[in-house]
Amino acid sequence: MDAATISRPAVAEIWSWLGEIPDPEIPVISLVDLGIIRDVTWADDLLEVTVTPTYSGCPATGVINFEIERSLREHGIEKLVLKRQLSPAWTTAWISAEGRAKLRDYGIAPPVEGTAACAGALRPLEVSCPRCGSLRTERISQFGSTPCKAHFRCTDCLEPFDYFKSI
Amino acid sequence: MNAPASSSVVSSAVAEFALRKGDNCLILGHRNSEWCGHAPALEEDIALANTALDLIGQTQLWLGLACEAEGKGRTPDEVAFLRDVSGYRNLLLVEQPNGDFGRTLMRQYLFDAWHLPLLKALMGSADRRIVEIAEKASKEVAYHLERSADLVVRLGDGTAESHARMQAAVDFLWPYTGEMFLADALDEELAAAGLAPEPGSLKAAWQEHVTRTFAEATLKAPEKSFAQKGGRRGVHSEHLGYILAEMQFLQRAYPGANW
Repeated sequence: MDAATISRPAVAEIWSWLGEIPDPEIPVISLVDLGIIRDVTWADDLLEVTVTPTYSGCPATGVINFEIERSLREHGIEKLVLKRQLSPAWTTAWISAEGRAKLRDYGIAPPVEGTAACAGALRPLEVSCPRCGSLRTERISQFGSTPCKAHFRCTDCLEPFDYFKSI
Repeated sequence: MNAPASSSVVSSAVAEFALRKGDNCLILGHRNSEWCGHAPALEEDIALANTALDLIGQTQLWLGLACEAEGKGRTPDEVAFLRDVSGYRNLLLVEQPNGDFGRTLMRQYLFDAWHLPLLKALMGSADRRIVEIAEKASKEVAYHLERSADLVVRLGDGTAESHARMQAAVDFLWPYTGEMFLADALDEELAAAGLAPEPGSLKAAWQEHVTRTFAEATLKAPEKSFAQKGGRRGVHSEHLGYILAEMQFLQRAYPGANW
């Protein structure tokens, strides 16, 4: 049998499989929602999946690569390679609209523009509380439970919450 | 000079440059990680650990580039865990002991205020690999600088006790800042090739940030000082050996050990 034609599922189908892999730290959103899958291409019978890191030192990176490989192998892909792409650097602007809604439902305020790592000066943030929707919130700490999140508190409902930082 | 020789000279310059950048991130990342479980407040404990994580991640990128440019088949782990003190190329500033929380923060601030303009300048490097790492790292370092500057102001312009501790931190660390802006032959070669900025060209941006932050923090930079130097040619303070003893113990006692 010709190995090159035996099993080359369509790229769109592979994207849909990747869209079912949850982020290891925020399992309500998928790797595709997160915007870290940059490219899926066939090179003959070799599948190349290009992934970009969220943060340089994100400990989930290893798990993410492992999960991608495991999922694709379960779908019958035998020859695959994961490529790391740094540039253009990942930005939270790539988190899908669906991903943002899922983050909010999960209790994590999705990223808004205008924080330290974005172009331009620091501006006051309008982070709305994912529980009660109030805009009267305050930052407790620049860094939350993971590098990608900051720690906030709602001054109306008084609940603390995670804010997914904008980079 | 023929083309292959020239490109190998450039490769070795890039390798040495990446080693310097990686070692700064590695040693400061290690220092910050020493606070894990010991910081004065839970939020700060987490912030220090997250900053350390970013820096260790950046270390992997820089040392990865150093190994690639060097072309000897070494891995970033080998470079990190199997070199002795004289092989390290970090600034003396980052290896200074943590001291109290104030000194740790001041060290971070003085470094961040240099690190961010450096990375921004490196985004214009002639080497695409340097540009990519700088682009990635600068987003993280923008957050480091925002936090460290904010805390320097809050503690400098805080209580009499916190002010005194922050001023003592400035006085202690200041002599280690001059090294950031000194150029050696490698720096001149890198600048001439458009690979990295002249170290001295970063001084104005750093000075401006520090002056503004110190004014708000009611802190004073020493009027007269001297620059401790030697880190980039492998001449270190006694402290680095202790860091390496802890950091490298496992790989030296159990060579090749893996998770």
